[in-house]
Amino acid sequence: MNIRINGKRKKNYIYLKKRDQISMKKSIGIRIIAIIMALIFCALIIIPITHLNPLQIYLEIINGAIGNKRRIWVTIKDILILFIISVGLVPAYKMKFWNIGAEGQILMGGVATAAAMIYYGDYFPNWLLLVIIFIVSSIAGMIWGVIPAIFKAYFNTNETLFTLMMNYIAIQIVAFCVIFWEKPKGSNTVGIINSATKQGWFPPIFNLTYGMNIILVLIITILVFIYLKYTKHGYEIAVVGSSINTAKYININVKKVIIRTMALSGAICGLAGSIIVSGASHTISTATAGGRGFTAIIVAWMSKFHPVAMIFVSGLLIFMEKGSIQIASLYGLNENASDIITGIIIFFLIGCEFFINYEIKLKKD
Amino acid sequence: MVENYAVEVKNVSKRFGKVIANDNVNLKVKKGEILSILGENGSGKTTLMNMLSGIYSPDEGEILINGKKVIIRSPKDAFALKIGMIHQHFKLIDIFTATENIILGRPNNRMLNLAKVKNELQELIKKYGFELDLDKKIYDMSVSEKQTVEIIKVLYRGANILILDEPTAVLTPQETEKLFTILRNMKKAGKSIIIITHKLQEVLDLSDRIAVLRKGKYIGTIKTSEANISYLTEMMVGKKINLDIKRAEVKDSKTRLEVNNLTCINNDGRKVVDNVSFTAKGGEILGIAGISGSGMKELLEAIAGLQKIESGKIKYFDEQGNSKDISQIDISFVPEDRLGMGLVADMGITDNIMLRNYSKGRSIFLDRSSPKKIAKKIVDQLKVVTPGIETPIRRLSGGNIQKILVGREILQNPRVLMVAYPVRGLDINSSYTIYNLLNEQKKKGVIVICVIEDLDVLLALSDRVMVLNNGKITGIEDAKTISKEKIGIMMTKNVEGGSYEYKNKWEKKKELYIS
Amino acid sequence: MNVILIFIQKAIAQGISILFGAVGEIITEKSGNLNLGIPGLMYMGGIAGLMGAFLYEKGVENPSPFKGLIISFICAFICAVLGAFLYSVLTVTLRANQNVVGLALTIFGVGFGNFFGGSISKIAGGVGQISVAVTASAYQTKIPLLSKIPIIGQTLFSYGFLTYLGIILAILTTFFLNKTQIGLNLRSVGEDPAAADAAGIDVAKYKYLSTMLGGGIAGLGGLYFVMEYLGGTWTNNGFGDRGWLAIALVIFAVWNSYNAIRGSILFGALYILYLYMEGLSRGSQELFKMLPYVVTIIVLIITSMRNKRESQPPKSLGQAYFREER
Repeated sequence: MNIRINGKRKKNYIYLKKRDQISMKKSIGIRIIAIIMALIFCALIIIPITHLNPLQIYLEIINGAIGNKRRIWVTIKDILILFIISVGLVPAYKMKFWNIGAEGQILMGGVATAAAMIYYGDYFPNWLLLVIIFIVSSIAGMIWGVIPAIFKAYFNTNETLFTLMMNYIAIQIVAFCVIFWEKPKGSNTVGIINSATKQGWFPPIFNLTYGMNIILVLIITILVFIYLKYTKHGYEIAVVGSSINTAKYININVKKVIIRTMALSGAICGLAGSIIVSGASHTISTATAGGRGFTAIIVAWMSKFHPVAMIFVSGLLIFMEKGSIQIASLYGLNENASDIITGIIIFFLIGCEFFINYEIKLKKD
Repeated sequence: MVENYAVEVKNVSKRFGKVIANDNVNLKVKKGEILSILGENGSGKTTLMNMLSGIYSPDEGEILINGKKVIIRSPKDAFALKIGMIHQHFKLIDIFTATENIILGRPNNRMLNLAKVKNELQELIKKYGFELDLDKKIYDMSVSEKQTVEIIKVLYRGANILILDEPTAVLTPQETEKLFTILRNMKKAGKSIIIITHKLQEVLDLSDRIAVLRKGKYIGTIKTSEANISYLTEMMVGKKINLDIKRAEVKDSKTRLEVNNLTCINNDGRKVVDNVSFTAKGGEILGIAGISGSGMKELLEAIAGLQKIESGKIKYFDEQGNSKDISQIDISFVPEDRLGMGLVADMGITDNIMLRNYSKGRSIFLDRSSPKKIAKKIVDQLKVVTPGIETPIRRLSGGNIQKILVGREILQNPRVLMVAYPVRGLDINSSYTIYNLLNEQKKKGVIVICVIEDLDVLLALSDRVMVLNNGKITGIEDAKTISKEKIGIMMTKNVEGGSYEYKNKWEKKKELYIS
Repeated sequence: MNVILIFIQKAIAQGISILFGAVGEIITEKSGNLNLGIPGLMYMGGIAGLMGAFLYEKGVENPSPFKGLIISFICAFICAVLGAFLYSVLTVTLRANQNVVGLALTIFGVGFGNFFGGSISKIAGGVGQISVAVTASAYQTKIPLLSKIPIIGQTLFSYGFLTYLGIILAILTTFFLNKTQIGLNLRSVGEDPAAADAAGIDVAKYKYLSTMLGGGIAGLGGLYFVMEYLGGTWTNNGFGDRGWLAIALVIFAVWNSYNAIRGSILFGALYILYLYMEGLSRGSQELFKMLPYVVTIIVLIITSMRNKRESQPPKSLGQAYFREER
């Protein structure tokens, strides 16, 4: 006779626990593992397409990003731009205001810069022109940031969707201006503005083409983080971001804080537009922001708004972007390969946040 | 023969981080009986029941349903075992109708067939004696209607074991009586009912047996017929407690605060405070009683300047007898929602102390040094247990959080101190610390206004008790002479009010809330 | 008269890919997932369908239009579903922030589309411009007979089958959400996942499935664009910002896919209106193109000002759900 044992199958299952705290070492370790896995994964994709061996791939990436002096400077310039946009987003995100309109704010800043360069280029000395550029570009970005903020403050209009739509209005405004300013006629581009006089261009500092970019970004960053950490305004932003009810309870004018903070956030993004136009490309097009307004959100968020982490993350993304463009051009492939690589790295970094926030435990029944 | 239990809980433990919510708990529920689970706030009652309904899974121990060992990993598993839980915070979808909420998640159905469902529901409503409009949207419903939806929902899903978490906390006595009738009907129909509560009298009125939990531990189960209030209290709190709050005499007998015909309208256009007038003396504790939603919160917020006043005046008289507007007076307010309103959970003690005074002075920079000193003082004097003054306060226990909040508010040297539910969720020692702090303020001549849900405490602490009902005052009585029962009647009798008033469609603006 | 007919035709042609995206996003958002990766998924759907057809046509002597259609349809759908699956893993299981993941998915998806669109011929051994004329012809086949009816035939019956599929899907989605048990359950997940969970609904499963189904449908919008609109070719960034317009359309339609049908035609009309306005300079044409976004912002503002409960976004939109949180 067969005795069927009604034994319970031992089942192991995993469950999740939110960590109370995690040591700095461990959290950095998890992120490094994620980056290494992302790099391996990228190589696994590149190998079958290019038939390069993995070592060659990495060497080629390094070569593409920092292979010669010019490349190093282009990489640094792009890191600075991505980084400063992230810095601009931090005040808004500390307030839990989902500003995904940096793209538009940059474009508005850029278009204002271009306008100043075109119309005032012949009338002012360069230093004064640059001051004017900084003022008009921040005002333009500020306006673009403040409009959704006003509606958020007074009607609780969804800021994610509002700022998103504002980007495309900005793009069309730029498209209009490009045609308005186009040179030569019918080319649908503005060309290099003031290429002969270099009016409105950042002058080289310490013999460095991008010296002024570095100084400007450094100053803005320091000011923003002092503002957030040590001023009353910064404290109000933190309170509003944590709890609107607490903010009302201590008589913070929440509407004012929302509008003021978005004015600041938009202004910095607008200023970033001037750094792109005056300090790097010296032209304007609908691709001036080039998606960096979106990438910067990811940079700021994944760095938990920590400035050093932000430099590192923007550095990693730009480095890989330059490297993968190099590989793509070597093999006659499309340079959008860099977006795929950027995407993969971001996915791994986002995914690893989970392992920083939660513990996985095995449990036996 | 082993008696057949509907539910058996054996040696179950559950931890949340370092906190042990349930420590080796045992429980048995018979078929066709009403079992009360009694315990103070934080004794682990709700956690235990959440494990039966699949919201949490136990770390150790086993659960038997109808004699069979089961693992309940999700509410779906619980439904399959015919266990239904009515949570204290209703789990209903606001923009759905009653019917839609009731059929939510039912298995084996493709189409909604609302007409057919409604017929079935009408039968159920008749059978047990409910009252409910099935087409009403949840956001239009009163608390008691929402509770009815929850109960019908679990019955419709065929539950034989019903768990009710503090069902009477939000009900008027009439509604409570109706609920009890329905629960007795269900018991007659053979259902097992577990009811979580901390109201002793209701336990004695309703249940067959009573199980007691204390600080996560199982203390014991007794038959209701063998229980009385003092014995149950002892089981609940461990030792016999004498609610011995020393009432200081009112020193300054001058009227200081005068509220005249105050009316407030909330965002939905409802009159939440309806023509309220009263006075308060310096050095007096004015207690406010009322079932939740009677306008206590809005009244306190109006005095604190946080609620828009529709009409009426609030005046304060200083030493010389000059009348001043309330906005010129230093007022401290300890709100009900400590972490969501009074404090910022992610900040440390210093930054939370700073909330009150950060804007003083002309400098654009923050002054962190003096708040830091105050923070240290509060930690020392009120014996706040914390790893450090910069530790985010969300990691602290409820009692310590409340000490920080009350400590901060008292250090403002207020003329008026208002506290809402100051001891909710606190252990007895912390509660007494808070009572003492309030009495000290009273001795200093501060007007203390407090809302406390436990009427025993309210009567022992206050000099006068004001009762709010539907936004209106139904009585202001001397706390030394009025009885609890009379207060209860004033809290719950039918009062017309709370009417809706829309002045202008566009005036009804949306407020910002982050959930 | 003729101009108006053509205008309507073109508006519908513009609107359909947006409609697919919006229907997909509505299904997704009803589960509480704000998938900003939809533009990326539409690129992924488009390129996958194109590649499927391309490899099929290249590999077979006499490719059959019907087989090409089936293959490209399946490729587009599955590729977009996989993208949405990735989004779900990160946001539902790993609880990452939805906006961040969505934006990353869009960066990835647009790059994916442009990379393969620009490199496919190279990877496949250099055949020059890719064109899948045979398969595209199947997509562009109009309804026989009916499309010959004057005026009515031209405006109503002269489109490929994806156009009708899009409209049918939009109608079915409204029916599904409002009349079926699963639809009710899904809506509850987006409104209040804790309540849905307590009612025994598997929140994670609903979020996964609706996001993946929604992503797949959005991917068909990309397929439509590549096959019926472009006739089986790829131009880099040719799809443009239609993916974002799809997200705008969700707001415009106040989360009702039935409204999205009319909305998509209106958006399509606004998108091409500048071509039919006489005397516009090239510059002012660009200004005209911002109309759909302006209209969306106005709708967004009006719905938030009216504050009607039924026309708000799903309440838990954008938030992760974790049961044991305490």
